[in-house]
Amino acid sequence: MKPVLLIEFLRSRGAGELTKIDTQSYPWELLIRQSRRANLISRVALFLREAGILDDIPTRPRQHFVNALCIAKANARAINWEVRDLYQILRGQNIDFILLKGSAYIWSENSAARGRLFSDVDIMVRKPSLEDAERVLVHSGWMGSTLNSYDQRYYRQWMHEIPPLQHLKRQTTLDLHHSIIPPVSYPDFPAEKLWQLAIPAEDMPGLFVLSHIDMVLHSATHLFHEGEFDQGLRDLSDLDLMIREYILDSVLWEELLARAVELGLELPLYYALNYTQKILDTPVPEQILQKAAQQRSRGHLPDRLLDSLFLAAFVPDHETCRVRGRRVARFLLFIRSHWIKMPWYLLFPHLIRKGWLRLQGENSH
Amino acid sequence: MLISDLDRNALKAHLSGQGLRFRTGPFGVSLRTSIPAIARHIEKLYPHSEALDNDAFIDFHITTNPVSGLRRWLKPQVVFSFDGYKPFKPLPLAQATAAFEWGLNWCIASISHQYLIIHSAVVEKDGLGLMLPGSPGSGKSTLCAALTHSGWRLLSDEMALLSVTDGMIYPVPRPVSLKNQSIQIIKAFAAEAQFGDRVAGTTKGDIEHMYVPEENALQASMGIHAKYLVFPHYQSGCETEVAPLSKGRASMSLIENAFNFNILGHQGFEMISDLVDSLECHDFTYPDLQQALDGIEQITSAKP
Repeated sequence: MKPVLLIEFLRSRGAGELTKIDTQSYPWELLIRQSRRANLISRVALFLREAGILDDIPTRPRQHFVNALCIAKANARAINWEVRDLYQILRGQNIDFILLKGSAYIWSENSAARGRLFSDVDIMVRKPSLEDAERVLVHSGWMGSTLNSYDQRYYRQWMHEIPPLQHLKRQTTLDLHHSIIPPVSYPDFPAEKLWQLAIPAEDMPGLFVLSHIDMVLHSATHLFHEGEFDQGLRDLSDLDLMIREYILDSVLWEELLARAVELGLELPLYYALNYTQKILDTPVPEQILQKAAQQRSRGHLPDRLLDSLFLAAFVPDHETCRVRGRRVARFLLFIRSHWIKMPWYLLFPHLIRKGWLRLQGENSH
Repeated sequence: MLISDLDRNALKAHLSGQGLRFRTGPFGVSLRTSIPAIARHIEKLYPHSEALDNDAFIDFHITTNPVSGLRRWLKPQVVFSFDGYKPFKPLPLAQATAAFEWGLNWCIASISHQYLIIHSAVVEKDGLGLMLPGSPGSGKSTLCAALTHSGWRLLSDEMALLSVTDGMIYPVPRPVSLKNQSIQIIKAFAAEAQFGDRVAGTTKGDIEHMYVPEENALQASMGIHAKYLVFPHYQSGCETEVAPLSKGRASMSLIENAFNFNILGHQGFEMISDLVDSLECHDFTYPDLQQALDGIEQITSAKP
């Protein structure tokens, strides 16, 4: 595969080599285009600033990075505001909640918060509080989306979240979870164990983020289970950053492996370690990777096939780095995610229905 | 080299090949399209734009092509793509030029946070800027088009680019988009005005884009300070009324009309405050174009 500039950039940042860039001759326009398409432009901009070379970049390209930093700052400001608003609403009913994904990174200001762009807020409540949480949120302006009854049932029967809510005035989307993995694929997932180690927010009783290790595991599960690779490289970069931040000593590596076993998430952890290492050069020790490989159950597809699918799927969807078969790879991974998500007698009718709707030009999942 | 220096075949070759690279206002654009109507639109309405060579930095890589697939034969559509990202649903193919103009507006407004971008027409005379913000139907575009034929120079009929660094407004003079009755009104007002193809039946009604000759537009690199802020309100059959507008009300209205106020946050607030401090602010209700021009004349010639 031809090297992709954005991926090379992320790798050299990992190696601490961004300072070696010749700012006058570097193909900035190409980096801007690829990183914007991969929703990584703000993160790239932040890396450039951290490396101390942002100011040396020629004016026109530099302006795009400066603007991207501005957007990330506004994004973080808006998300923190939403979190405080949600806290007021749920606290009134004594409902505890855990922030997930982007909102958790931003709130805890961890390394994956750096230049993270997103618009959805993700939170998790305990299953018994789910109905109360939904009701009080709807009363406070978070409206259920206008999904048809099929989609409603799809979410409520099979998924780990209810259909997305949207704020009446601000249009922010809120995903309300009760687990981190669909019950249809993993019926007895011990979500309670996540609560046991969750880290409480300072001065805000009832608000939590996942423990560092669980945050990594959730990120891995989300990426390798949900089959949405539009933002695949960004999610992989999140994992790379968090692994570098949280899990670089030998005790923590062992804890990570053990926790994956405890939660039954050995497979996504293996993929996360394997592909961050392969694609972004994340320093995963060889024996840890081997252990992770040994402790997972084998998937349906041979590793070499999956390898070629994933490696193609993580390439940004930009005209300057099209790889052959990327579309097919993403499609097959989408099918695979559904395959591991639900049994075939549910899957086939679902896909046929979605395929039909897509032909008719409606939005689909 | 200007776009008008390219012959028709070269222009088409660029558009359907690697992209026509040109400057509009402070921005570098690369446009690819196979649609003849857009090629005509560019040839007729953007002749004074500088054509850029292959080394020039491009801010926006734009593609505006027909939607492929079966639908192409049943119901031809056009889709706007900003470097692979498609912010809008496809439009009927007949609205291709509007899709291009709206799409370019979208690119500027969602990327260029070196400016506070306010939904407003801006014109200039003798170094003094006049801002005409307004919601659809207020008559800002009509008024703006007429002013460019009355000794004022155009900065934009759609967006005021207020620089974060120096507080000046920078031009991005593009064709003025006129809708419905406005088209006839301006054709009657300025017989010499040139127009692109008519685009019928868009969500905003019928549209024609008016060509703005080089001498009626402000040079792209020149920033100006705005002096007058006028909120136009067209109301048929009313009495002309010029009412002073308080700084507070003016600020709030500008904030409502700013595309990226939320992005700039505190800085955006400071910028609006500074801007309004230097402006004479008016609410302006008028019944027809001639009265509108008289009113503007009166507002901008009065001694403070």
